[in-house]
Amino acid sequence: MGTRDCRHICGESSPAIGEAGKTGEWRESFPVIDLKKCVVAKQNKPACFLCWLYCPDAVITKTIPIQIDMEYCKGCGICAQICPAHAITMVHEQGLCLDDMD
Amino acid sequence: MKANAVNLTEKEYLLQGNRTCPGCALSLAYRHILKALEGQVIVTVPPSCLTVLHGMYPITSVTVPCVNTPFASAAASATGLLAGLKALGREGLTVVAVAGDGGTHDIGLQALSAAAERQTDFLYICYDNEGYMNTGNQRSGSTPLGAISGTTPILGKQQIPKDIAAIMEAHGIPYVATANASYPLDLYEKVKKAGAIRGTRFIHVFSPCPPGWSFPFNNTIIIGKLAVETGWVILYEVEDGVFRLTSASESIAKKGDLKPLREYLVEQGRFKSITEQQIEALQRWVNARWKRCLDRADKSPHSVH
Ligand SMILES: Cc1ncc(C[n+]2csc(CCOP(=O)(O)OP(=O)(O)O)c2C)c(N)n1
Ligand code: SF4
Ligand SMILES: [Mg+2]
Repeated sequence: MGTRDCRHICGESSPAIGEAGKTGEWRESFPVIDLKKCVVAKQNKPACFLCWLYCPDAVITKTIPIQIDMEYCKGCGICAQICPAHAITMVHEQGLCLDDMD
Repeated sequence: MKANAVNLTEKEYLLQGNRTCPGCALSLAYRHILKALEGQVIVTVPPSCLTVLHGMYPITSVTVPCVNTPFASAAASATGLLAGLKALGREGLTVVAVAGDGGTHDIGLQALSAAAERQTDFLYICYDNEGYMNTGNQRSGSTPLGAISGTTPILGKQQIPKDIAAIMEAHGIPYVATANASYPLDLYEKVKKAGAIRGTRFIHVFSPCPPGWSFPFNNTIIIGKLAVETGWVILYEVEDGVFRLTSASESIAKKGDLKPLREYLVEQGRFKSITEQQIEALQRWVNARWKRCLDRADKSPHSVH
């Protein structure tokens, strides 16, 4: 934004989280982790992390246990598909169920 | 050390809350492309879903410098960026052009071919969602035969897609590879390798698009894997002319056969009106390319035989 050192006026954007707003509001369903099944939580050491690897939006942390940033998780459900331990399930957002809407 | 999910860097260059659709394979691929290059890049991007991902002025969801360039000129702008870096005496940065299939197979091809012929020292990555997705799914030179798109709405596209990796290989450049967002570690290794090579390097990244291809967005990874398992996508690299199958394509070549292409097609709404004849034509196209790759792999110095 504004004028840089080169003194040419140019449109320059600055990086920030949430460029598209709180993308968690796009969700139709949200991921729920069962830590009793998650390999990382069970082994209590760095392991697996496939959900972290495959998340297109980088909203899953590579921590023990893993955490999902619900403010920005778009609810795609890839983590639930990819988890080899079936530790993640997608649950419909309350109030957004199609049945509830009519 | 080979990259795996446990040892891969936690550092992210793609920020949360970007504008791509849920389940977008481009977002996943781009995340790992930037990790592999450790953020030491200047990116140039023509109009595409990647421009949308980068965000709207004055905010961007990416932490590396990026130039938005006109549609036909990704490779030309990369050439200019290199000249600028040279004039300023800046070293240690890789210039990376990242463009869609519309921006590569079609409208950017002339500039790309010219830059490769000049042996421009840059990395060109084409992420291929097989259509002009950002403007509403018009057909491109990469859209498959039989696929419904905005401009082929009833019968589907009537032509086979062009093999962009083969076209780029014909330029005699030092590195050409194919990759797939569903195999992020293979993609990461290839981008990392390409980043360290001098000269023109080209990577073609298969990038499933849930809304454009009409499949549920939690299926992105499965669709990408089916593409490799059926031979629609073949994972390989050509380094200084030496061909090598990689990742799942290498394993399939060693121990098994391709699945029928039909298994990949039926998972996607865009193929809902494909005819039996078109499926057969696509299957023949897949078989012929797979055979060519197997023959090349056999003759390669990497071959185990
Ligand atoms: C010269 C020119 N023609 C048309 C457009 C409109 N336009 C912007 S993005 C786009 C589609 C890009 O398709 P692709 O390169 O495959 O990227 P994708 O959106 O699929 O990621 C088009 C046609 C433009 N920006 N400039
Ligand atoms: S249209 Fe397709 S490629 Fe573009 S952001 Fe959406 S999922 Fe990604
Ligand atoms: Mg495209």
